[in-house]
Amino acid sequence: MSAREAIAGALRVALPIALALTVGGAVLLALGKDPIDYYVFVVERGLLSWAGFQESLTRSAPLLLIAAGLIVAFRAGIWNLGVDGQFLLAAVIAAALAPELIAFLPGLLTLLIGFVVAALVGAAWSLVPALLKARIGVNEIVTSLMMSFLGISLANVLIKIPFNDPATTVPQTRTLAVEDRLPRLFDTTVHAGIVIAVAAVVLVHLMMTRTAFGLRLQMVGANPRAAQHAGLDVGRLTVATFALSAGLAGMGGAADALGVLGTIRADWDPGYGLLVVPLVFLARFHGIAVIGFTLFFAVLMIGGESAARRLGVPNFFVLVLVGLLLLFLAVVEYLDQMRRRRRVA
Amino acid sequence: MTEAAVSRPATTTGTAIALSAVTKRFPGVLANDAITLDILPGEIHVLLGENGAGKSTLIAMLAGMQQPDAGTIAVHGRDVRIGSPRESLALGIGTVYQHVLLVPTLTVIENLMLGGAWWRRQDRGAALARFHELSATLGVAIEPDIPVGRLALGEQQQVEIMRALWRGERVLILDEPTSMLTPQGVADLGRVMQRLRDQGVAIVFITHKLREAYAFGNRVSVLRLGLLVGQLGPDELARLTEAEVTDAVIRLMFGASEGHTDDADALLGRGRRHHSSALRADAPPRIALHGVATEAAPGECALHAVDLAVRPGEILGVAGVDGNGQKHLAEVLAGQRRAAAGRVMIDGRDATAEGVAARRARGVRYVTDERLGEGTIAAFSVATNLVAKEIGRPPRWRHGITLWDRVHAHARESVRRHDVRTPSERTPIGRLSGGNIQKVLLARELDEDAGIVVYNKPTYGLDLHNNALARARIADGAARGLATVLISTELDELLALADRVAVMLGGRVVGVVDNGADAELAIGRLMTGAA
Repeated sequence: MSAREAIAGALRVALPIALALTVGGAVLLALGKDPIDYYVFVVERGLLSWAGFQESLTRSAPLLLIAAGLIVAFRAGIWNLGVDGQFLLAAVIAAALAPELIAFLPGLLTLLIGFVVAALVGAAWSLVPALLKARIGVNEIVTSLMMSFLGISLANVLIKIPFNDPATTVPQTRTLAVEDRLPRLFDTTVHAGIVIAVAAVVLVHLMMTRTAFGLRLQMVGANPRAAQHAGLDVGRLTVATFALSAGLAGMGGAADALGVLGTIRADWDPGYGLLVVPLVFLARFHGIAVIGFTLFFAVLMIGGESAARRLGVPNFFVLVLVGLLLLFLAVVEYLDQMRRRRRVA
Repeated sequence: MTEAAVSRPATTTGTAIALSAVTKRFPGVLANDAITLDILPGEIHVLLGENGAGKSTLIAMLAGMQQPDAGTIAVHGRDVRIGSPRESLALGIGTVYQHVLLVPTLTVIENLMLGGAWWRRQDRGAALARFHELSATLGVAIEPDIPVGRLALGEQQQVEIMRALWRGERVLILDEPTSMLTPQGVADLGRVMQRLRDQGVAIVFITHKLREAYAFGNRVSVLRLGLLVGQLGPDELARLTEAEVTDAVIRLMFGASEGHTDDADALLGRGRRHHSSALRADAPPRIALHGVATEAAPGECALHAVDLAVRPGEILGVAGVDGNGQKHLAEVLAGQRRAAAGRVMIDGRDATAEGVAARRARGVRYVTDERLGEGTIAAFSVATNLVAKEIGRPPRWRHGITLWDRVHAHARESVRRHDVRTPSERTPIGRLSGGNIQKVLLARELDEDAGIVVYNKPTYGLDLHNNALARARIADGAARGLATVLISTELDELLALADRVAVMLGGRVVGVVDNGADAELAIGRLMTGAA
């Protein structure tokens, strides 16, 4: 019985991945590419080559911070889909602030302030949807998405007008020198942001599973009426959740701005937020599981970017794979539900 | 008002619906016991009875939701089996339920066109023609193209009536249609019913309000404990005064003279309460409401100027037909709902502004009637649900950290002590039966720090055994000195447990009756607005 359950549990993860890779392979065949070549190339470039692996880890940092923010929100039943705006606005302000501060502050303090300010900027950008939701129950999916577009536009304006570096021809913020950015880990190209990101995910996981605050958030998410019945201030918890979620997304922006880029160009908007949403669902909002999925996705992204240059498979094929994965996850989940129901009946 | 009146009239020709010895059993309950009843065209036939008397079951069988275990139903002289709501509609039987079942975002005409065959083209022209025809029949004027959600509740109900008559005006069943309406809405509904009756529609009208039964009914049938216990025909209704009708009906509805035996009483936990020694007449009230009013969302019943006081060891029963402000009363007491006016006093101190957490710290406990809706979180474990109202407080939390070992140990202890049947304390509570969920709720609320307990329909939906257990716990709590508010729609329960019974009608406390020999009749009068 329990062995059967264990097998079923493993199948629930393995089967969607296998199906997604198979159907993805069929799509590649239809495009006239060899799927085996592609998959091998992606794994070699994204995971097995040392440089590629370091790049994948580096890419994971912002993704993980966003994932941590999404887990907080989703577990509390709040669909913060504004992470892209929160992320970019925080990244731009952190990138613009750091070169100014470094002139008279020590490097570590500058980076610390950069992260804190990024978190505050992200949180501030979530205030409108949070208050609208808490006060008059406006659907946060709509408002947070709208605020995301506004945030991205505002970030653009900030880069082009007040924060523009006059020394460059393309609009971008002043550049933080490479030696002033987040320190590298040991002898690698991976910056310390990944440590912050993993710590954030683990802390969020512990917060949700081991603390009173986390339990309250989950209660609001699972049954808001029961939360109210038990005397929780659902409105305040909603605002706190949004602030925490958006703050973590903002820190993700700081990780990229202060760890990798050093400057933000006006045309830079990676749109990580909505890419991470499916990963968080794949991990069923589980903090530790999301680390694995994020790394997997980062490998796909880095390997896929190389493959785009070398094999001519478009970059966004990675998104096709993630889409297929989600689709098959839903199908397998549905079949599993049917199986359970039949057994109960 | 004789037994002879119950038997079938000599001629059954022209009967819209004829029920013959219809019986329906549910596990442990005989919901309808050999009911023989004729529904005649051109009559408003009022069905009266307490909660659980069997009215809903009878209606469910006519609407095709349930099938009788024995007996026959004849529609227009032909024996039929009504296997589904669709078949019921096809027979010309339309049913309107207490709560509006329309799609609020669709327009009136769209709602009416729902339910046609999926393969057939929607014929808006024909639908509009039918709509205008029915509007004329009912004598109402509703704009067909506005979303139903923007109509007043009374108008929404008129749309429901139209939908019930959409396939032909023969039989219209109205299940407590007035409970959500304003007095004006009730008057409008009465006019609509009378118009339909005059055009030969057979109307079955279920209500709890005797005044409406007298005002609108041509024939009154009374159900009690699954039996048809009496009927007043058109002649009697015309001859008797309202007061005489009221007296006769209340005697039938609540009459203790015939019916159950002492054994049945014991099984149901009936019988008079032995007043607890903890109750002292001179003790100051633990909780009191002074002129409390609330604000209501559409469809809710708000409180108006409610005064109540409960002393330690006392059980104050709250009687009334569902939806007369009981929910708001419970929530105001628990701190879950703000009082818009008036004061809430706890132990002589003003607690009006305090929320659930602060009231709970003062010993207020609330056993909600919505066990799954708000009482529990279905996906959470039994253990978590047991501590859902003390999150963050010692001893099971330290500095905001959950001590899961203690939570689970506490749960194992509670599960054992309260005999909760669950595979494990980690089982999601949603998988348990209603009786066991109620045991968990009682365990959570009746902890050692409880002082004032509000129960809202604590035995609703429980089987006999769990019902008796829950009642015993309520009585034990009061004996321990808890100030108890027991809201119930079961008069038996209130008479068995309460020291005094407050009666609610339309959001007001219309009277408080000491539980004694004549309490039943007095409560019945107050409940039905007859007094």
